[in-house]
Amino acid sequence: MSYLPYWIAIWLLLVGLYGLVSSDNLIHMVICLSVVQSSTYVLLLAIGFRDHAAAPVFADIPAGSRAVDPVVQALTLTDIVVEATVVALMLALAVQAHKRFGTLDPAELNPLRG
Amino acid sequence: MNSLAPLPVVVGLLTAAFLAGAGRLLPRLLIDALSLVCALAMAALCALLLAHASHSAIVYWFGGFHPVHGVALGISFAIDPLGAGMATLAAVMVSAALLYSVRYFDEVGPLFSVLMLVFGAAMVGFCLTGDLFDFFVFFELMSVAAYALTAYKIEEAGPLQGAINFAITNSVGSFMMLTGIALLYGRTGALNMAQIGRSLAEHPADGLVTIALLLIMGGLLVKAAIVPFHFWLADAHAVAPVPVCVLFSGVMVELALYGFARVYWTTLASPLTPHAPGLRATLIGLGTLSALVGAVMCLAQRHLKRLLAFSTISHSGLFLIGVGLLTPAGLAASGGYVIEHAFLKGALFMAAGILLHRFGSVDEHELRGRGRERDPGLRAAGIVFTAGGLLLAALPPLGTFTGKAALETSLSEGPGYAWAIAVVVGASALTGGAILRAAGRVFAGWGPRVHPHHELLLETSERPETLQPHDHTPPVMIVPAVLLLAIGGAIGLVPGLSKSLAAAASRAVDGSAYATAVLGHAIGHRGAVPAPRLPLETLDFVLAALSVLGAVGVASVALAKRPYLRTSPLLTHAATSSLILLRRAQSGCVNDYIAWLVAGLAAIGTVLALT
Repeated sequence: MSYLPYWIAIWLLLVGLYGLVSSDNLIHMVICLSVVQSSTYVLLLAIGFRDHAAAPVFADIPAGSRAVDPVVQALTLTDIVVEATVVALMLALAVQAHKRFGTLDPAELNPLRG
Repeated sequence: MNSLAPLPVVVGLLTAAFLAGAGRLLPRLLIDALSLVCALAMAALCALLLAHASHSAIVYWFGGFHPVHGVALGISFAIDPLGAGMATLAAVMVSAALLYSVRYFDEVGPLFSVLMLVFGAAMVGFCLTGDLFDFFVFFELMSVAAYALTAYKIEEAGPLQGAINFAITNSVGSFMMLTGIALLYGRTGALNMAQIGRSLAEHPADGLVTIALLLIMGGLLVKAAIVPFHFWLADAHAVAPVPVCVLFSGVMVELALYGFARVYWTTLASPLTPHAPGLRATLIGLGTLSALVGAVMCLAQRHLKRLLAFSTISHSGLFLIGVGLLTPAGLAASGGYVIEHAFLKGALFMAAGILLHRFGSVDEHELRGRGRERDPGLRAAGIVFTAGGLLLAALPPLGTFTGKAALETSLSEGPGYAWAIAVVVGASALTGGAILRAAGRVFAGWGPRVHPHHELLLETSERPETLQPHDHTPPVMIVPAVLLLAIGGAIGLVPGLSKSLAAAASRAVDGSAYATAVLGHAIGHRGAVPAPRLPLETLDFVLAALSVLGAVGVASVALAKRPYLRTSPLLTHAATSSLILLRRAQSGCVNDYIAWLVAGLAAIGTVLALT
């Protein structure tokens, strides 16, 4: 198997972090956060991938045939559920911030400083 | 006994689910009573597990998926005394916070209790689990509940910003940790910590394992508020409701350090043995930095909750120094220190909450002398603040004295880090001094009136929390504060505590015995427990006296009508401008925090790669 998925995972992680550091919009930041998390999906699935293997459902393929790792797929699903929770909460906070301050720029929110 | 293992988590989550569904139909009194009973039941179950785990480790396999021929596919709880002890502490603090919150809010929906119980159950699960992915899931559950609790007063400006900073920073930390876990799974094909440990122990660590360590450690250090990952903590603590702060400062931050010790000793310690000196230097360096930055920023605050938050950062640094020694003695010392600190810090936050409830403000200068009124609530708050400051500075033989003395002993016996004793004494003196200064100003009216536009105060543009002021303090707020203070003051004196801590730590660092308990048939621990030295030598008293006198000295310098110390203007200018620089770093803007996080991780990675 090629290393491409690993490079993609690293790219997603870095580009997501760049977005988080440079963003001036809360909604954009939440999306960047999910880009960072997408890198973990790609990484997990890449770890479990095997060449020329079927999906790990042994109902219609003979037992013992080559299949990809089902554990990482379960982990990815759990990961997606976790992300859904975090993103929903963050978007709720962003909506509230817009209502309260009329802006989505994190630098313009009434800052807690020092 | 084994089948009791998952009960504390199950009880917490089921009660939370029931209250989330039926809460609207129930009277508030019933909701409060039910959640309090649930939290107490969790604490009792955890204590029961602790009692049993101190004989032999408790391992519970969900769904009965036991390991076959030493290969684990199922998910397990693996409970040793360290984990059970932390779980008990978490559940006890949740109970205290729930009792305090009964009358703290003017109006509170059932969702507050629901979130507190989910938070508590997640913390307990985090302590008990033996599976690395579950470790992440409980960590994330704990985090999400914490974000929601921070933003509980979502109509107000501060909580919103605090929660956003908290949530974004910590989510990035969690994803780092998950990436590290994925790498370990890719290398070993296992998620059970014992199994990973066995599999990794066969080869010396390579780059992949080091990167996995870096990422997992990064995620946990963000949660542990270690400099330079600490910025979120002050923002979140300043604005979260007081009962929530009690849990954040008292348990959540320390749990991350417990998590680091757990993952390190069960999985990474043996392959990383050649890298241990570099890792030790990194961790103790980070701990020192946090202890000092936290202490200086603590002194610079006038917002009492923020002051306590920075004191937590400073203490978290001290705990990291103990854990980072990578010796059982250091781990045991930090464990004892964490327990004593949790109760004292909880009591201090509750006292700040009494002021907030009473006056609608926690600004030290605004409250100057207003705590002098004769009334039981303010009296109690004054006692808690004064005694809490002294006890946190390790007033012998009470408070943090035993934990701090054990930490100093382990540093003096450890490999070449005796200089860190000065950091422990200095940080205790500065944070204790800041609390005593606040106590003197608020409850005795001491100290000069500070002009609100004094140059060192300029940066504190944040408005203190506003709450409807009340005429009196309900007893159910006073009782938990005084109770926690008393427990925190006296718990170090419990006979046998340091011995059990030493035993717990020496079992926690024995990764192979852990693996045997989880995977093999042999249950129990092997190896003699080293006899702990009782921390009652003269030097311990001298060091404790130094930090207490230092704290009193710091407070009296800060409260003096006229400056006693005449320093050269150049020195004053340098100190002022470096403080202003330090405060500018705490910019309140989450982009900067992420940049610090990435830079910090890169720096730690470079150090680890070079050593």
